[in-house]
Amino acid sequence: MTPEHQLMTGYESCVEGMLAAGCRFYAGYPITPAGEIIEMMSRRMPQVQGVFLQMEDEISSICAATGASWTGAKAATATSGPGFSLMQEGLGYAIATETPLVVVDVQRVGPSTGGIFNQQGDIMQAKWGTHGHYHEIIALSPSSVQETYEIVTCAFNLSEEYRTPVIVLLEEKMIHLSETVKIPEAVEIVKRTKPAVTPEEFVPYEAPPDGVPPMPNFGDGYAIHYTGLTKTIMGFPKLSVEDYTQVASTRERLVTKVTKNIDRIFIVEHGFLEDADIAVFAYGSESRAMIRAVSEARKSGLKVGYIRPTTIWPFYRDKIMNLCEGLRKVLVCEANAGQLVGEVERAVGQRGKVEFLGKFGDMHTPKEILSRINELAAS
Amino acid sequence: MNAERPISKYWRTERLPHEFCPGCGIGQVYRYIIEAISELNLDPKKVVFISGIGCTSRGVGHVRFDSANTLHGRTLAFATGVKMANPSLTVIVATGDGDFAGIGGNHLLHAARRNIDLTVVVADNMVYGSTGGQFSPTTLFDDVTPTSPQGNIEHPLDLVKIVSAAGGTYVARWTTVHFRETINSIKKGIQKKGFAFIDVLSQCPVHFGKNSLGDDRPTAIIQWFRNNSVRKEIATKTNPENLKGKIIVGEFVDTESVEFSEQYDLLLRRIRP
Repeated sequence: MTPEHQLMTGYESCVEGMLAAGCRFYAGYPITPAGEIIEMMSRRMPQVQGVFLQMEDEISSICAATGASWTGAKAATATSGPGFSLMQEGLGYAIATETPLVVVDVQRVGPSTGGIFNQQGDIMQAKWGTHGHYHEIIALSPSSVQETYEIVTCAFNLSEEYRTPVIVLLEEKMIHLSETVKIPEAVEIVKRTKPAVTPEEFVPYEAPPDGVPPMPNFGDGYAIHYTGLTKTIMGFPKLSVEDYTQVASTRERLVTKVTKNIDRIFIVEHGFLEDADIAVFAYGSESRAMIRAVSEARKSGLKVGYIRPTTIWPFYRDKIMNLCEGLRKVLVCEANAGQLVGEVERAVGQRGKVEFLGKFGDMHTPKEILSRINELAAS
Repeated sequence: MNAERPISKYWRTERLPHEFCPGCGIGQVYRYIIEAISELNLDPKKVVFISGIGCTSRGVGHVRFDSANTLHGRTLAFATGVKMANPSLTVIVATGDGDFAGIGGNHLLHAARRNIDLTVVVADNMVYGSTGGQFSPTTLFDDVTPTSPQGNIEHPLDLVKIVSAAGGTYVARWTTVHFRETINSIKKGIQKKGFAFIDVLSQCPVHFGKNSLGDDRPTAIIQWFRNNSVRKEIATKTNPENLKGKIIVGEFVDTESVEFSEQYDLLLRRIRP
């Protein structure tokens, strides 16, 4: 192993990736299987002169991180499914106030306390957990310890660029996995845009063409006001119906600032699709069993390919539709009872084209996926 | 009547008319905070107002500082994040009794326990005003409210005792009638490096006045405050029987203890190589 290669667990990769991205504020609450993250943060964050807080619950954790972000800090929190449920109101608030923030969810089995088993359980909760609508969320799902480091740093950059919380969907198995990680020499760091005008001239929610307003820090003298209420471009709630158009547009921009930049946000990897008859679709912990199963299938002469998104939300329907164009069958493998498969079905649009292979409590083995591929190939 | 006063610059007058009811005490509470900031000559750029949800919380949008109207009950959590990320900011928390002690009760305990440097001013009107006047954790026993139509069968929390027990290093209670005392307490709270809490009983004529006092004139509650306030120094020498239904006002705690961001700073220095 060379000096820049290290044997790391998933949680070490997550924490080091956060610090490399410039995270200097962490507020969290212990929950299994994310306990290693908060414990490592309690040691590492003070070492880089950042702020570490163990708050009294998950709700106050995401709120404290949001408050810290308003002062200019890159802030984060980490939790698991039950804690993620508690954070939903805070997530909606960070979305509505356009606060850069990274929330790591080390998914486990649900509903309720469930158990410490692997599950891709919060795929839909990541997008729809918070109430109401007119919002879009960015959620990423890495498939290896190496990719965890890269995706975590990417999450901070996306959150700063688009002024939005970004969710990193990890999984119980991978957080405890030890793999070789090549630490990049330098990590590209994106900083939020500050206003270029004086406080008197500043219109807080008047956005430039990319849809993202500049963000001053608390203490910069802009007397900036944050609220979760629907607001005008000056940032204050308005009670009269005449301002409806302006209020509606500030909400719609929460969707469009992400969706119109989807080409830059959506990360997907695919292989062997050119002549494929069947493709397997999987993400996160399911990815490597999928790729192994596909390569075995190819060895036996089957025309099988794969699609692996790292970006779960926003879901790039058109891109997935195009990738699935010439296929007869798309086999979606998820370590749950069927969450992202619905989005794939919508994208593909054709009845009977999408098949689903689910699993409770663990990841699929390559054999399980290969077995289903063989069945579909023979059908 | 547009006379320029020293504190005029602290109000967002362009946002008038405001949303508060005629006679509401919240305006006075914010006035007292502004007077304190003005008398202390604080740099307004370094003052941050954090509030939650409720009538009192709406007030932060009417003062000209960095501010945030956050989530119901989570006010102190946001304030903790702001203060710890940038301890050079003066963080003032303005909230109501429901936001602070009901849904926010847990965060109250831990913010006070940490003794984090916040100045918390609670406009305590003994109801959930914003949602229609339902009973709150400080509503008096037997009070009629929309969710206690037969009379409240719960007993109120004594916020002074709770915050004192949890570790607050400056704890005071006044009413909107005690304008000079309230301003002085807020000043002390701001200057105190630690968790400062000022409970300000405030009139809600529309709900408390109408339902509990049976008189929706603001002056009715003001008179009630004035007639039933007893200074702490006098209360300690009074027969408890004669204190029933009285509002004990004064400064209850004024101590020194290592403040949380200072404690964290010591930690950083300890581990520095």
